[in-house]
Parts: sequence; structure tokens; C-alpha cells
Amino acid sequence: MKARLVLRFPPLLVDQPVVYKLIKDYNLVFNILRADITPDSEGLMVLEIEGDENDFKQGLEYLEKRGVKVQPLSQDVVMIEELCTHCGACVVHCPTGALYYDEERRVLFASEKCVACEICVEICPYRAMEVRLE
Amino acid sequence: MRERTIEEINEKIKKGTVVVLTAEEVIEMAKEEGYAKAAEKVDVVTTGTFGPMCSSGIIINFGHPVPRIKKSRVWLNDVPAYGGLAAVDLYLGATAIPENDPANTNYPGEFKYGGGHVIEDLVSGKDILLYAEGYGTDCYPRKELETYININTINEVILFNPRNCYQNYNVAVNLSNRTIYTYMGVLKPNLGNANYCSAGQLSPLLKDPLYETIGVGTRIFLGGGIGYVAWWGTQHSPAVPRNELGIPKVPAGTLALIGDLKQMSPKWLRGASIRGYGVSLAVGVGIPIPILNEEIFRRASASDEEITAPVVDYSDAYPNRKSEILAEVTYAQLKSGEIEVLGKKVPTASLSSYYKAKEIATILKNWIKEGKFLLTKPVEPLPGPESGMKTKPCEIRKPYTEEL
Ligand code: SF4
Ligand code: SF4
Repeated sequence: MKARLVLRFPPLLVDQPVVYKLIKDYNLVFNILRADITPDSEGLMVLEIEGDENDFKQGLEYLEKRGVKVQPLSQDVVMIEELCTHCGACVVHCPTGALYYDEERRVLFASEKCVACEICVEICPYRAMEVRLE
Repeated sequence: MRERTIEEINEKIKKGTVVVLTAEEVIEMAKEEGYAKAAEKVDVVTTGTFGPMCSSGIIINFGHPVPRIKKSRVWLNDVPAYGGLAAVDLYLGATAIPENDPANTNYPGEFKYGGGHVIEDLVSGKDILLYAEGYGTDCYPRKELETYININTINEVILFNPRNCYQNYNVAVNLSNRTIYTYMGVLKPNLGNANYCSAGQLSPLLKDPLYETIGVGTRIFLGGGIGYVAWWGTQHSPAVPRNELGIPKVPAGTLALIGDLKQMSPKWLRGASIRGYGVSLAVGVGIPIPILNEEIFRRASASDEEITAPVVDYSDAYPNRKSEILAEVTYAQLKSGEIEVLGKKVPTASLSSYYKAKEIATILKNWIKEGKFLLTKPVEPLPGPESGMKTKPCEIRKPYTEEL
């Protein structure tokens, strides 16, 4: 199975290799979509995790035991296609390549790559990118 | 080749035998067949552009109420318009914002709604709240008016844009160490990105760089309807450095455009909220270039590799009007996604939509092929490079103070 999760680390956990354990002990493959970790404060990470269902469950239990708060990524950024002018002002600002040009220079949105950072929502002059709460 | 006249081309349009290519298609053809041979075949090249054009606005005559009013101040959906013309005429500019908009007091401002959005809403057929104040006269006694109007209830609504279709434009970068919010978009610090705003090889004035066919009176695609070149645009500055083809290397010519908003569509007139800068209106414009001779064809088939733009720092050089150009890059480089500035690789972004520009050039091509759009000969040419005309700066003169 595969899921996008938001992990919140308590300050004392920030410099411990919790995420590393997920690979080593639970065979989980993951992609870091966003990481915001500063010493002395809560850390935030958005991960896309993939693995066997059992490993997945145990991995999450392990995280929760260590004090990491785990939530599914509950916020989605969507493209309202009829509002998009395909200018491309957002493309250069999207940190994950979720917004990109095709060969026709049309701007497309690959939602599976989006980490809901909302940068494009701020940047798009035509309000074509919108935050949707699930 | 034998020279063509506009009349001949129009005859072909009426007969349905005209050969029209978009400014992108013609590049390919010229490469394959050579300029001379291709020029023989092509009668018209269509161009297009779609991007924020701040110097745009509408003239409205909203009709006379009972009793009549001579409004002096007027608002549309809370956005202030200019009321200093007659009784019920007004001009609404694209960049106007409501007086209570927080603007950049909560920097970078969002600029959610302004003149550009009113224009988009009006052309979409939505009701707009009109509020007007007058001082009252014997012939116009009413002092206040509040009513909804829409595109069908008003007499005229004329899109009149004092400056559109900039011939070439700066590529904006940021040399400072903080993010800046400009009309050229959000610029990340330390050359984080480079933003440009031209359709390059599809852009009207880049394909007729010496204004050989586009002039006062030229019929064009404007906002989805038919419009005209009214005059040269404000800040028209033809006397600038140009390349061998006569294509300017820096912002140069501009056009003032006019047309009936009632024919237009919200698809091609879009209000824009530019973070930290303000409101604007994205305008779709398409201009046909009649191929009267081989030179005109050669220039109309210039490609992105042959057109360059200057890279300018918007953290200092632009706001302080310093003429420093950091680099000269081609539109081909800009479209590749990365340019080099001061030895650094900088990712590029566009504010004008190439995709929409191409769509406009294609629509105009089809209009001409279907016989719905005839070409015009300019009533008056635009001032060209030989005119020596250049934009003047505003030199600040201190107000007169009497010496004691
Ligand atoms: S900035 Fe907005 S309009 Fe432009 S390509 Fe991105 S989503 Fe589309
Ligand atoms: S929110 Fe926008 S900028 Fe951020 S990752 Fe998603 S698409 Fe990219």
C-alpha cells in the first residue's frame, strides 16, 4: 500500500534516526515530499510511504510509540483547469515538479507529486490553484 | 517574389484561396523551403499574445436614470472608476483597486479584486453594482445613484487600452537577498528565477518589427472579438538598438487598442491578481501580417533563436531606473527553462501564455481562411526607428519656491 502522511516530531526526537528505522526495520520505501525540521522545535515531514500492509501498520505503530504524530495528508491543492491560462508563472516555484509544461507548452498538474505547500496558490494570478480541505 | 497588395490578399480571402500560417508554422516552412520560396506561397502570417497588460481599461456609458445625474465620482463593484467625463460616461482602469483594499499594508498584498476583475465579470455577463455621486445641477438634479448594470443594460462598453503588445520586454531577476513581489511575478532572492513576459516568435510586434504592415487602423483580434489599432501605444519607443532583422533588443514599440467589449469573451480577458503588486488584466491580442514582399516575410518568420531580451535586476536597476542590463538572452534559451546570468544557471518562468498565444494565432488564421476577417491597410503608419522617438523619463522638478 501507499499513502501520503504528515509526521510531526516532538523536539526531542528531531535529531534521532526514526525515519531511517522505517526503512531498516519495517521495509518501507518512502519519498520525502517536504521536511521542515529545526532544532528546539517541532519537526514536520510529509512522506509518501510505500510497503506491505503489515509492515506499514507496524511502522506507524513504531512512530506513534516514539511520540511522532501521524496524520494522513488531509489538504489537497487542486488545479481548476478552466481558470488556468498556461502561463507557467507557477512552474518555476513548485518545489516538486508537480506543475510542468508539456510539449505544447500547456501547463499540467501532476497531483500525485503535490505536497500541498501552497506556493502556487499564492503565485497564480488567475486563482487556478486552490486549497481543498478533505 | 512579385509584390502583393492588401487588395489582392483580400480578394483571395473572399475566394477562399488565401494561404495563412501562424507565426510559429511559418518558421518551420521557411526552414524547409527557404525564405524566397516560402514567401511566394504565404499570403498572411497570424500572430498572437496573451498576458497581463496593465494599461488597459473600459469606457462605459451606462444610460440616463430618472431623474438624471451628472456623476462626478463613480464605483463599479466598489472599484473606483474615473467620472470626469460628461454625465454617464466613465473610464475604468484595469489596475484600479477598492479604496478599502489593504494593498501592501499586509505585504505581500493579495489584491483579490480590482478593475481587471470588473472587466472580466462584465464581459461574462454578470451584474455589476454601480454607485455614483453627483453634486446636482438644474439639468442633472440627482445626487446619488445605486443600481446594478450589466453588459446588456448599458449603451456602450468600449475596451480602450492605451498600451498593449509591448514589442519585446525585460527578463526580470532579483539580485537582492530577499524575495521580491513585482509586476513581473515573484522573484526569488539571489537570482532564484528569471521571469519573462512575451510570446517571442508569436508576438505581433516582434514579427513586424519595423511596423511595415501594422499601423493606425489595423483590424485585429482583440479579447475574442474584432478590434483595431487606435494609435501607437503610450511609451512607444521605436528608436532603440535593434538586430540585423530590425528586431529591437529591448522594450520598444507599443500599441493602443480599441474594440467593442460586447463582442468579446472572458476567455480572452482575465482579471489577474499579482501578489504584492496589484491587479491587472490579461488581454488576448492577435494581429495578421500581410506578406507584401520577401523582407516582410523574412521578418515574420524570425524564430525564438533570433529574438533576444535584456535581463534586468528588479531589486535595484528597475525601480531606480538604472539602465544596467545583466545579460542578453534569446527566447529559445528562455523557453528551454534555464538561462545563464552572471555565471549562474537560473530557471525561467513565463507570465505570458505561449499556449494561449498560439491558440489566438490559430483562431485568427481560421477567421481569415473562412472569409470572416479581411485585412486592412493602415490609415497612418506608426512612428518607426527613423522618427527618433524614444520614451522620455520624468525628471523631477522642485516646485517653485519664492526666495525671500
Ligand atoms: S500560474 Fe496559474 S494560470 Fe499560470 S500556469 Fe500556473 S496555474 Fe496556470
Ligand atoms: S502546492 Fe503547488 S507548488 Fe506546492 S507542490 Fe503542490 S503544485 Fe507544487
